[in-house]
Order: sequence, then C-alpha cells, then structure tokens
Amino acid sequence: MSHYEAPIREPLVLGDKSYHDITEDIAKPIEGVANKNWYIAFYISLAATLWGFGCIFYTIGTGIGVWGLNKNIGWAWDITNFVWWVGIGHAGTLISAVLLLFRQKWRMAINRSAEAMTIFAVFQAGLFPLIHMGRPWNGYWVLPMPNQFGSLWVNFNSPLLWDVFAISTYLSVSLVFWWTGLLPDFAMIRDRAVKPFQKKIYALLSFGWSGRAKDWQRFEEVSLVLAGLATPLVLSVHTIVSMDFATSINPGWHSTIFPPYFVAGAIFSGFAMVQTLLGIMRKVTNLEDYITRMHIEYMNIVIILTGGIVAVAYATEFFIAWYTGSPYENYTYLSVGAATGPYAWAFWSLILFNIITPQLLWIKKFRRSFVITFIISIAINIGMWFERFDIIAIVLSKGHLPSTWWRFEPTFVDVGIFVGTIGFFGVLFLLYARTFPVIAQAEVKTILKSSGEFYKKRREQGIPTKPAINVAGTTDKSNKE
Amino acid sequence: MYQFSGKLKTFSLALILIGLVGIGYGFYSAPKTVEEAKEIIAQQASHGDSHATSHEEVSADGHKSEAHGESHASVDESHDDAHAEHVLHQLKNKPWSAVYVALFFFLGITLLVLAFYAIQRVAQAGWSILLFRVMEAITANLVPTSIVMVLIVISAVMHWNHMFPWMAEGVFDPTSPNYDPIVDGKSWWINVPGWAIRSIIYLALWNAYRWFIRRNSIKEDTANDGGKTYKLSYNVSVGFIFVFMITETMMSWDWIMGLDPHWFSTLFGWYVLSSLLVSALTVIALVTIYLRSKGALPGVNDSHIHDLAKYMFGFSIFWTYLWFSQFMLIWYADIPEETTYFAMRFNEYNFPFLAMVVMNFAFPVLLLLNSDFKSIPWFIVIGGVAILCGHYIDIFVMVMPGTVGAQWSFGIPEIGAILFFLGVFIYATFSSFAKASAIPTGNPFIEESKHYHYYNIEHRGEGSGDHH
Repeated sequence: MSHYEAPIREPLVLGDKSYHDITEDIAKPIEGVANKNWYIAFYISLAATLWGFGCIFYTIGTGIGVWGLNKNIGWAWDITNFVWWVGIGHAGTLISAVLLLFRQKWRMAINRSAEAMTIFAVFQAGLFPLIHMGRPWNGYWVLPMPNQFGSLWVNFNSPLLWDVFAISTYLSVSLVFWWTGLLPDFAMIRDRAVKPFQKKIYALLSFGWSGRAKDWQRFEEVSLVLAGLATPLVLSVHTIVSMDFATSINPGWHSTIFPPYFVAGAIFSGFAMVQTLLGIMRKVTNLEDYITRMHIEYMNIVIILTGGIVAVAYATEFFIAWYTGSPYENYTYLSVGAATGPYAWAFWSLILFNIITPQLLWIKKFRRSFVITFIISIAINIGMWFERFDIIAIVLSKGHLPSTWWRFEPTFVDVGIFVGTIGFFGVLFLLYARTFPVIAQAEVKTILKSSGEFYKKRREQGIPTKPAINVAGTTDKSNKE
Repeated sequence: MYQFSGKLKTFSLALILIGLVGIGYGFYSAPKTVEEAKEIIAQQASHGDSHATSHEEVSADGHKSEAHGESHASVDESHDDAHAEHVLHQLKNKPWSAVYVALFFFLGITLLVLAFYAIQRVAQAGWSILLFRVMEAITANLVPTSIVMVLIVISAVMHWNHMFPWMAEGVFDPTSPNYDPIVDGKSWWINVPGWAIRSIIYLALWNAYRWFIRRNSIKEDTANDGGKTYKLSYNVSVGFIFVFMITETMMSWDWIMGLDPHWFSTLFGWYVLSSLLVSALTVIALVTIYLRSKGALPGVNDSHIHDLAKYMFGFSIFWTYLWFSQFMLIWYADIPEETTYFAMRFNEYNFPFLAMVVMNFAFPVLLLLNSDFKSIPWFIVIGGVAILCGHYIDIFVMVMPGTVGAQWSFGIPEIGAILFFLGVFIYATFSSFAKASAIPTGNPFIEESKHYHYYNIEHRGEGSGDHH
C-alpha cells in the first residue's frame, strides 16, 4: 500500500528469495510425502479423537449424569472447554482481519495457519453446545423454524440462542474469508501439480482462479470488506459468549466488563495457541525464513498487550467486587474468598499462568527466543483454561444460598471429551498442514520487494533492485520512488 | 513555520473571556439559601415543570438515599425542608458541574490524544508521523486543564461544592443523620485524602510524560545520534501506556463513578476511555484539517485524513459497543442497585441520553462508511462536530445526574464553560504548534509518512501535489 519502507523496519522474508523460491518453499510440504513423525503425531491425535468420540457417544447414550456435574454446578468442563476453544479461535480472525485493517504486513506469513486454527477450534467449540444438552436430538429446536406445534418459536432473549447465531455466523464467515484467500494459492498448487488426481482436486478447490487484474482488484476489495465485517464479528462473538455469564444475576458472573474482557482474553489465548502451533510448524515445514524471530516477537508483543488488558480487567473485577459492598461478591472467581477457598489452586494457577508468567515477555531476549516463547505460550493456554474454569466453577460452587454450596469433581468422561477435542483439533490441523498451502504465498509475494531481506539490503547499499522474475501483471513499485 | 495568527489569538481570548462571564453568571445566579431554593421549586411547580414532579424517583436513587428515606417517615414539613435543602445543594452544584463536565471533556480529550500519540510511537506507525506535531500541540492543553482540575480538587476538598456526595458532612460518622453505611464500607478507597492524592498523582504522571515526550520529540529533529533519542521516546511511551491503562481506569472511578458512590460497573473505566478516545481522534482530525487548510501542514494528504476518519468511524462503533454492553447487561439482569443508574437517566435525562446514541453511533457510521467521504474535509467536519457534541452529552449524562439530579438544564453556565475551555484549548494548541517545526524530521519513519498513500483513494485535497 505505501510504496516506501523505512530502512529500520526488520525484514519479513529472510534470505535471497525470489518469487519462485516462495512458491517452492510453500508447495513442498504438499507435494512431498509425510514423514514418520507426522504419522506418529497423526495417530496419537486420531487415538485421542476416537477416545473422545467414544466418551461423547457414552454420554449421549447413558445421560449427562456420567459427567461430574451436580444440581448446583450445571456447567463446568463442558462450557469451560467451549469458551476456551472459541477463545482460541479468535486469534485467527484477529490476525487475518484486524491486522489487515491495521496494515500489518507481518500478518501475511501467519494468517493462513491462524485462520485454519480458528476454523478447527470453532469445530471443537461447536461440539460442546450440542453434547452438553440433555436431549441433543432435539437440538434443532433452537432454530426459529416454522413447525407443526402451531409455529412454536424460540425465545430471542437468551444469550444461549445468541450463541447459536454467533458461532454459526462466525464459522461461516471465517470459512468464506479463509477460502477466498486460498483461491490463488490453490491455483498455484493446481498449476504445479503433476499427478492428474492432485490436479483435479486442486482445480476443484481453486474455483478456476486465473489471476486477472480485475479478479485481483475484486479479491482485494472483498478481503477488505470481509475484514471490516469480521472485526466487529470477532468482537461480538466472544461478547455474546461472555453474555452467557454476564446477563445472569450470579455474583461473579454479572459483570459489565465481561464483553471486552473476554474478547481481550480470547486474543490473548488465541495468540498463545498460534505461538504453540507455529513454533513447531516453522521448524517441521522448513518455513523459518517466513515465520521469523520477528514474527514470534510481534506476536509476543500482542500477548503482552492483551495480557495487560486482561490483568487490568482482573484488577477491576477484584476491586469492584470489594467496592460493591455486597457480601456475595466475596466468593466470586476473583475475590479473597476464591484465593483462600477450596479452589485456591485454580485461582492461583490463573494468576501464575496468566499474569505472572507472561511478564517474562517484557525481556527482549525471551520475546525473541523460540523455546521460551513456546513454554510461555503453553502456560497461557493452561492459564486461560483456568480462567474460564474459575469463572464458571468457583462462582457456581458458592452461590447465594450456603445450603447450595457444593463442589465439582470431573469424571473420566469430562476429561476424555476434552482430550478428544484436542485430538480432533490435532487431526484436522495435521491434515491441513499436509494439504493446504500453510502460508499465503500470494500475499507474501506482495511484500517480498518491500520487506524481503535481500531487497532491503540492496536498497540500503543503493543498488537498484530488479525483479528476480518478471511476473506478468505486477510492477515493482519500490523502484519508482 | 506556522504563525499563530493575531486573529485566532484574539478569538481564543474572546472565548475565554465570554466563557468566564458565563461561568461567573452561573455562580452568581445559583441560590444561596434554602429560601431561594424553595422559591425556585415553587416556580418550577407553577410552570408545571416535569423535573420537579418526578423528583422523588431521583432522590431515591441519589446520594444520601438512607437519610432521605428517613425523612419520608417524618412529618411533611420537615420533609419539605429536607427536600428544599437537597434541591439547594443540587442548584448550588449546577455552576460547578457545568465547569466540571466541560473540564473533564477537554482534559480527557487531551489525555487521550496523548495516549493515542504514545500508541502511534509504540506501534511504529508509518502513516501518522506527519501528524505528530499536531498531536503534541493538542496535548499542550493538558497543562491548563490539569491546573483547573487541581483547583476543582481543592474546591471539593474544601467543601465549596457538593458534587461528590460522599464528601458531605457526617457521611462516615455513625452518629450523624447523614451517615451512609454503604459509602462508609468503601472508606478504604473513598476518602478525601486518598482521593485528592490519587487525583494529583494521575495529573502529575500524565503531565510528566507530556513534558518529556514533547521535549524529546523536538530533540529528535536534530539529534542525529543513531536513533538513541528516538529509542528513548519509544521506551518511555511504552511505560506511559502501561501507566495510562491503570491511571485512566482509576481516574474514571474517582472522578466520575464517585459522583454516584452507591453505583458500580466494572466496565466503566473502559467506557469512559472509549468516549474520550473517539473524541480525541475527532479533535486530531479537525485540527489537522484546519491547519492543512492554512497550508501549515505540508505533506499531509488525503490519505492521512482518510485514516483519521477511519479511526473516527471505527471507534464510534467501539464506543457504541461498550455503551450497549454496559447498558444491556444492567438492563437485562435488572439488579436494583445497578439499575437505578439507568432508571434515573431514562426518567430525567431521556432526550440527551437517547440523542447521544444517535449522534455518537448512527450519524458518524452512516456518514463515514463510504470510503470517498472519509477524505472529504467537510464531511469529516460535519461528522466530527456531531461526534464531539454527542460525547459532550455523554459526559454530561455521566456527571449531572449525580450532582444536580433533576435540576439540570443546559444554559449560560454550561455554554460558558464550554467556550472557556474551547478558548483555552485553541490558545494552548495553536501557540504550541507555532513553537516547533511542523515536520518531525528526525523520526525514522518520516519518509514513510510523506509517501503515504492509501491504496484505493484519489488525492484531491491540499497537500496532494506533494505525493507523486
């Protein structure tokens, strides 16, 4: 967009890359065969998935009573996992939409995988509203459809119904946004394919993309419009999820800060998950020149920022719970009662993993270290799970009436389903990494001349940079200035 | 170099003068005794003024509800006296509140311009460097508004007004008829010395950053030290954003939420932030458009204006998001101690409360959705004026119910206060802008900003010739 780039900006593509090199690097994992490690990871994930699905079928066949829920704590691992997975999904849209609106070029190397992560995470999240129902076979009753009960409709006042609309819209829009971006990349794989079957598949997937000027023009417009729509969508989706709690009258749930605080937490946990995945992926797919130390550092900065916002929200919750003067607020998920009660371990895990550990990222050395980033990202994933668990279980365990105070113990089915979703997520992501272009090559090619290491160095030395390969339809704008 | 024209200087001084007269009139015309207040109540009743009739609901929500509740039980006469005294306090608060609303509006805008500026530095934005001096100039307004705020703090501590009901006599004294056990339970936070000290600390921290960053920014122009000065500015700005996030939230509890000490909302700090942020962005856009039209901002082209308008558009929606989140969640759960806040506003401030949503959301969103419109100055000016008026009303509706209750009106004292602070703002901003070069040449991203062209817009306005 802007044709000039300040020399002090770090390069986004390392090495002496040409357009062709980018194509080669990105197509390699798709065109090659899977190695042993991939199969090991895949089978472990598959086993977990099958185990999880077994637990799901067992639950539906036997009844919700096989979970650790009781009559006071009606939501625990199910909704915790739901909110956790939805939250993870938010980073994908943030990276592809919000960072597009803010013209952050570094998003280009990570947006494809972040969006894939979104979609696969939303799949996992979407399971929980279905399977935590007592009568999941009546699940379609949540849809406002004309019917034979005198057109008996849904009540639009429930945030659980808003969830249905939010999640389904979110999944649809994310999917369309992701797929639109994939068209030029699928076309690239199609054009390179030597095996007829592969060619046929990618020809189908790429919808006949031929990359004409008019197509590109509309492609950019549509990306921008979708980014503009996805940004309020991503905010509203997690807002609506937060309203499952905030609209209630439970102390600890009824809090007006929940909408933006959940969104900030979603970005926080989502970026942590992107770090976890990309930390491995850049290595195993040999994409270290595209997902560089700087990308990791920038994502860590987003983590510090959103972690800071979340920390301010914790402090606010803690303060206002006291400020209300209401004795009921003494047992909310962030209160003195929670810090010292039977769930103190969950409370302190939250503080340790979400507030204390990420502060290490203030140190530049840690921020740029792959290993430390990886460890911290895992810590945040755990911490954000505890955040949702604390909000749900601690609050429900000590409600208004002391005679309803109870505790929650998960059963192997609760745990099994959660493990199953992690496995299912792994299966989808592993399959994706083998069949989809994991980096948006079309986008990375647009920044090669302005932000590639080779070109930046040349410009600094005052050597004119000619395009390595003259691609029809593109002009090198950086030389014009 | 920009010249602060004599005409503009005279204009700003005239605004200050007229504003002072308006404020003075407000203080002069406020009733001094209970008798005068009773007269005004009688007048309102004979006028069939709706304000007076629905007063009961108001005091039920307002401060000292316990004390007031007691007076219901007593004989009618003493109730009338208590009522008259209550109204007297509210009427006495009117000129103070008029100043306070305008002060908070201008101080808050200036603070958020400072925060936005810090964000631009930390984010290493490439487009906005040409606007740095504009933002720095606007933040010059922080000094005079902070001084007035200190005076307000002193006036509140000295009991010259009754704006903060918890500062009233006997609120913390169990033997007093004014005793308020709810507020007393919060005395660890709500107490006069703590409040005053915190207020001074916020102001000191913000002003310290402003003083430092302005000095260092000018130093950057000629530093030539391999980016050392720039890096220092960057680090200090990171620190400021950290401090700002905490102080802004606490400030909103102390200065605004404390006006209704029985009420609480966890979102409140960020809600105030969003209101001030969108106003700040609008002010940056308006000042930029003005200076560009005077030829004082070479290099600023339509793309820069387009970006500012996008921010105005986006953060208008963000404000609405937070406004709705807070309102809807309280409306939905309908817990009495929270709902009174909005019940009061719906009953007594119905028109401004709803009008601001139109002005702050519907109007700017419809006006600024179109990409072409976002670079046309007069569109932005129209949208900007609506946004600023809307957010003034927002602050008005946050402050007034707690201080003057049903006795509110919008007249000479309120307009006078706005004009006074507008005059101060114009004087501070443009005299500061005239003191430094309009282009921060030492910034490493300055060339990016000069070459900045948002991809799908045509440059038509001033500064467009500089581009290609």
